[in-house]
Amino acid sequence: MTEVRPPILELQGITKSFGGVEALRGVDFALSPGEIHGLVGENGAGKSTLMKIIAGVHTEFSGRFLVDGQETHFRSARDAHAAGIAMVHQELSVAPDLTVAENVFLGNQPTNALGLVQWRRMAREAGEQLARFGIDVDPMSRLGDLPIGLQQLIEIARVLFSGARIVILDEPTSALSPPEVERLFATLRRLREEGTAIVFISHFIEDILRVSDTVTVFRNGRKVAETASTATSKGALIEAMIGRGGEALEHSYTDDLMLPRPSDSSVVLRVDQLSLARSLKDISFEARAGEVLGIYGFMGCGQQELSRILFGKLKPDSGTLAVDGTPKTFASTAAARRAGVALVPESRRAMLFHQEPVYKNISISILDRISALLLKPAQERDIARRQVEQLQIRPPVVGLDLGMLSGGNQQKVALAKWLTYPPKLLVLCEPTRGMDVGAKNDVINIVRDLRTKGLAIIVLSTEPETVLSLADRILVLKRGALVREFRNEPVSKDRLLEAA
Amino acid sequence: MSSETAFATGQRARGLGPFLRSQMRNIAPFLTLIFLSAFFALASPSFATLDNLGNILTQVSVTGIIAVGLTFVILCAEIDLSIAGIANVTGIAVAFFTAQESYVNIANLPLPGAVAILLAIALCAALGLVNALGLTVIGIPSFIMTLAMMQIAAGISAMLVRGQIAYKVPDVITTLGSGSVGGIPWIVIVAAIMLLGGHLVLTYTRFGRYVYMVGGNREAAEYAGLNVKLILGAVMVISAVCSGIGGMLGVAHFGSAQQNEFDTYLLDSIAAVVVGGTSLFGGRGGIGNTIVGLFVLGVLNNGLDHVNIDSFLKILIRGLILLAALIINVYAQRLREKAAE
Repeated sequence: MTEVRPPILELQGITKSFGGVEALRGVDFALSPGEIHGLVGENGAGKSTLMKIIAGVHTEFSGRFLVDGQETHFRSARDAHAAGIAMVHQELSVAPDLTVAENVFLGNQPTNALGLVQWRRMAREAGEQLARFGIDVDPMSRLGDLPIGLQQLIEIARVLFSGARIVILDEPTSALSPPEVERLFATLRRLREEGTAIVFISHFIEDILRVSDTVTVFRNGRKVAETASTATSKGALIEAMIGRGGEALEHSYTDDLMLPRPSDSSVVLRVDQLSLARSLKDISFEARAGEVLGIYGFMGCGQQELSRILFGKLKPDSGTLAVDGTPKTFASTAAARRAGVALVPESRRAMLFHQEPVYKNISISILDRISALLLKPAQERDIARRQVEQLQIRPPVVGLDLGMLSGGNQQKVALAKWLTYPPKLLVLCEPTRGMDVGAKNDVINIVRDLRTKGLAIIVLSTEPETVLSLADRILVLKRGALVREFRNEPVSKDRLLEAA
Repeated sequence: MSSETAFATGQRARGLGPFLRSQMRNIAPFLTLIFLSAFFALASPSFATLDNLGNILTQVSVTGIIAVGLTFVILCAEIDLSIAGIANVTGIAVAFFTAQESYVNIANLPLPGAVAILLAIALCAALGLVNALGLTVIGIPSFIMTLAMMQIAAGISAMLVRGQIAYKVPDVITTLGSGSVGGIPWIVIVAAIMLLGGHLVLTYTRFGRYVYMVGGNREAAEYAGLNVKLILGAVMVISAVCSGIGGMLGVAHFGSAQQNEFDTYLLDSIAAVVVGGTSLFGGRGGIGNTIVGLFVLGVLNNGLDHVNIDSFLKILIRGLILLAALIINVYAQRLREKAAE
């Protein structure tokens, strides 16, 4: 490591907890000028929490925090900014209705003596900066009209050229095409020569290994390894991320799991050459009755878009869907429901009515089957009671407002609404995210039970455990394309991560 | 959180305090109504009489008929600014298709009463359908779409009457608008029936449930496989037809059909729905709330006439009461969201 230059930033024994749960436990971290530092770890390992502390987003923590050898305590992101620290967050945060130039100079537009914006100067300088980054766009065009990848590059460019000494990039490459990634890396290397310290967080371990000097691995809120990039490998990093035989309470899926022989039951869904803008490229696959098809990929790989297309919420640019052999173009989610497709999206906020009682949440999707004109509340409650009993929803009170239930039980309610009249195809996005072990197991058992009833089930997840615990066959989605299929063969967490 | 603790907090949260907080939007308008009634009863001996109650009921009837449809719209978290315009054009249309006295200088088109009424209803339904298509197919926000419709309706009205005043409407409309049976004005009966009908639809039909669900969480409604656009379109048509009926009876009630006759009904109807406690964010409230809101407005308008007060100050007082109701409306939503967390 570059011991010649003193660290520009040093953290010692950082501990941070959220409501009693420790997100970081005694983490040390140092950053030198002219260093690109890669961070890897599973979702929830503590990478982002640490970076948010550095960027002044989280201000409550214990441990020492030194900038240029001076102990410092940021009280806001503004303080961090003043100290020369800038961060590009995972979610795009641009102003799509402003021009490219305004976005580049967001918050510090050049003004004249009267305080008026100097448009011509702003456009010229923005154009120059972006040209250094290899981006050739009209600085006066509306940002929202550009492709998402370009928007992300422009946001990164803004931060990189803001004059910050420390730049943190959280998953910057997920929406970028390979040539755009190359351009980003070239710029990062140039900034490194100029002495900027860069933190690079990514799920794409190849990217980390290619661009960074040092890699730090996080697991369960601890720093478990720090090594020079040249002295490690993808396999070694994955192993450090997952941990062998370690502290995991649940099945950790580190060992090979044998997938069953592919089912030859009837094809319920056939997807052919589906494409959607920059999100999905030429996706083809099929889902069969009585089979759980897992689709695994990193955040932003196109899973969300795929699930929305299957349920008629998004329309693909090209490609076809067929349910039970009949080609379908869904004009609405109602049409998809009538064709026998059901979707449980990843966000509970998006799929449940928190201010309504449990039974109304369960009956909403089947009202047209139990009542033509007038509601039949008694029957609705009966149906809900049966589902609550079957899925062991707690508390078993169908009249309670949904918001009173715990997250795991809400998730079960979301499933329950599709089960009274089972669909042909059930699409589940992140079905066990954020649930405790017990609730997770309940959901896994429910899905397995549905499979034996002959439903075709698609499980989309960014968590390898979720896919491995449920799927009979696994597809890997990477930057919008299907890159690997696991069937009738051994699979494990590292094999999945390796493929993605 | 384990299921047992969730159960425990669920039970605890059902105590009296949180219950009152979650019911704030229903309680506050009712208290306002009681307070206003008591105040005017003390301030003026002529206020708290049976005769005056009849006056109040008659005065709020047209607003009430229009507000039925508007309640559906606001429950879906949309708005309809064309209600008064559509009421006006429908009232004018029914007069346009009725034979007028010879001194009325309008190039009208006399038709049998039933046909005139049908045509007028078809007109308001068609205008509502345009609102619906603009909102759901083209994707124009209802605020803007219905603002344009307000102008379109005013334009059609102007073309039909050309600055003149028509007086005659079909007999059945005249009776319903200005007649009475057993001492009760027909218009009050019609308003009551329509309010009751709206309440029954919202509470006991599948469509009514969908209206609440779309208003409560539009995204979740879509993910439940509901045809959200169809439901939004339907409420816009319902609103226009209710406005049209209110407009026809209003013309009979006032005894004339002319331009800009219903202008004050836009604000009054919105105020009645919102003051009653129906959430501007959708999903909460209903016809019961609208009825309380109608009474609050009716008592306020009527009571201010009974006490000796500067007539210009009256306008300011109405504005302040409306502001207070809006603050309570937004505040009640926030309390409820907190209780649900």
